[in-house]
Amino acid sequence: MDMIRVEDLSYVYAPGMPNATTAVDKVSFCIEKGDFVGVIGPTGSGKSSLITHFNGINKPTSGRIYIDGEDMWADSKKIRSFRFKVGLVFQYPEYQLFEETVYKDIAFGPKNMGLSAHEIDRRVKEAAAFCGLDEALLQSSPFELSGGQKRRVAIAGVIAMEPKVLVLDEPAAGLDPEGREMILSQVKKYHKETGSTVILVSHSMEDIAKYADKVLVMKDGKVAMYDTTQKVFDRAPELLEMGLSVPQVTKIFLKLKEMGIDIDTDVYTIPYAVKTLLAYKAAKEGGTNA
Amino acid sequence: MLKDITIGQHFPGNSPVHKLDPRIKILLTVAFVIVLFVASNLVGLLCSLLFIGVLYAVAKIPLKTILKSLKPILPIVLFTAILNIFFVGGTPVFTWRFITITKEGIVYAVIMSLRIVGLISGTSLLTYTTSPIALTDAIERLLKPLAKMHMPVHELAMMMTIALRFIPTLIEETDKIMNAQKARGAELDSGSIKDRITALVPVLIPLFISAFRRADELAMAMECRCYRGGEGRTRLKQLKLHASDFVSALVCAAVLTAICFTKMLPVIF
Repeated sequence: MDMIRVEDLSYVYAPGMPNATTAVDKVSFCIEKGDFVGVIGPTGSGKSSLITHFNGINKPTSGRIYIDGEDMWADSKKIRSFRFKVGLVFQYPEYQLFEETVYKDIAFGPKNMGLSAHEIDRRVKEAAAFCGLDEALLQSSPFELSGGQKRRVAIAGVIAMEPKVLVLDEPAAGLDPEGREMILSQVKKYHKETGSTVILVSHSMEDIAKYADKVLVMKDGKVAMYDTTQKVFDRAPELLEMGLSVPQVTKIFLKLKEMGIDIDTDVYTIPYAVKTLLAYKAAKEGGTNA
Repeated sequence: MLKDITIGQHFPGNSPVHKLDPRIKILLTVAFVIVLFVASNLVGLLCSLLFIGVLYAVAKIPLKTILKSLKPILPIVLFTAILNIFFVGGTPVFTWRFITITKEGIVYAVIMSLRIVGLISGTSLLTYTTSPIALTDAIERLLKPLAKMHMPVHELAMMMTIALRFIPTLIEETDKIMNAQKARGAELDSGSIKDRITALVPVLIPLFISAFRRADELAMAMECRCYRGGEGRTRLKQLKLHASDFVSALVCAAVLTAICFTKMLPVIF
């Protein structure tokens, strides 16, 4: 079942002006329910413009978007209901915090949904726990927290709306390795435990390789590739040509291949690399023994 | 909605209007504003608007942009027009119960509306065709005599440069924060006035915080590059007047003077 279906979507900035630019150019694709899709692409390739369509922040210049089978812009008065279905975490979301306490800030989304006080309380506590925020932190001011904690509060603010689709634009940008790992694994946990669809925009091929099942590659406002993570990273030369990269492990395997070692290069995670190497070793030893 | 704000926007170009020395442009704009008040007759104001229109055409700024910049002041124009229509005394042309519309009222309303339109389009032309840097450089240069009276002219100009420079940045920032709050279900453009004002709190607080953060960072960056105010500071780009500047200035001055003389014309209305 399609969670998000995009048909012929185009988005033009400042249409009719001399500086009009097409950010998204006649894009069509489907994202299935429960998928974890990574979105990669060079800077200015239209990634952010594309994902802000998923919850109706941007209105398509032309084309249609269906969320869960429903045409998003059929009635523009109902657009708000889609904002609760599709939770969008913007880049550097910590700059959106405004309330006196962490608790109130996380409650902002659920409150806008018109939920009961009891339900809001449950969601805030769950979302905070999900994002690894200590309950003691809930009553402190969000401005007293560290950068990583602020980021987690902001993400919790979106998760508390319990969206069916969670879209994150570079949620780990500017964090230390530990912070990165923490946030992304929590996103993964949310994906697994709630069965929701997750769309993750990232510049880190390692993160994409580690968490995403499918990868969507944007280039000049168009979808250049959309396939399983393995198949996309198997097209390393094309990715490199686009100014993108492949995970470090893949690079090692490409180098090995270049050195004349007959090995598969569709490796993109460490565990899979170990498996492939062991299999290669076994095959080689088996070969010499025979 | 924020994209409609065109005040302070700059449209780079290569036209004679763009190339004119910014100091002369500022002086001419001031003169134009004065003319708008001196020539308080229909012919004069229409001529002034025509003059500005020609300059817009020379600067190749699309009509759409001008109309867009006029859109936000439409309520003010209407308000002044209505006030004038109903409250200026004179020969009545229309009476209904307590409402009386006079001939003078109509003429005044038209004059006032044209004047406001002229003020906005004239001053917008200056900012459209002059980069903020050139503009503040010129202001600094023009105000230099005041420095002798211990006015912090350079500092004022620097403050203006920074303020102008940060208008687009802050607009962009506001847009981002608004989107982030909308993504959390905030309703920013519907509801009663009270609702809308309270809905702005989640936008204004992060905006102020980020403005202060930016100010701090900028101050730090300026100090790192040894900025210490105006005393003994030289500039990379020296403003120089060319023959073409004098010609343009003279032509514009002549036109503006001519417009002033429309006052002598017999009153048509």
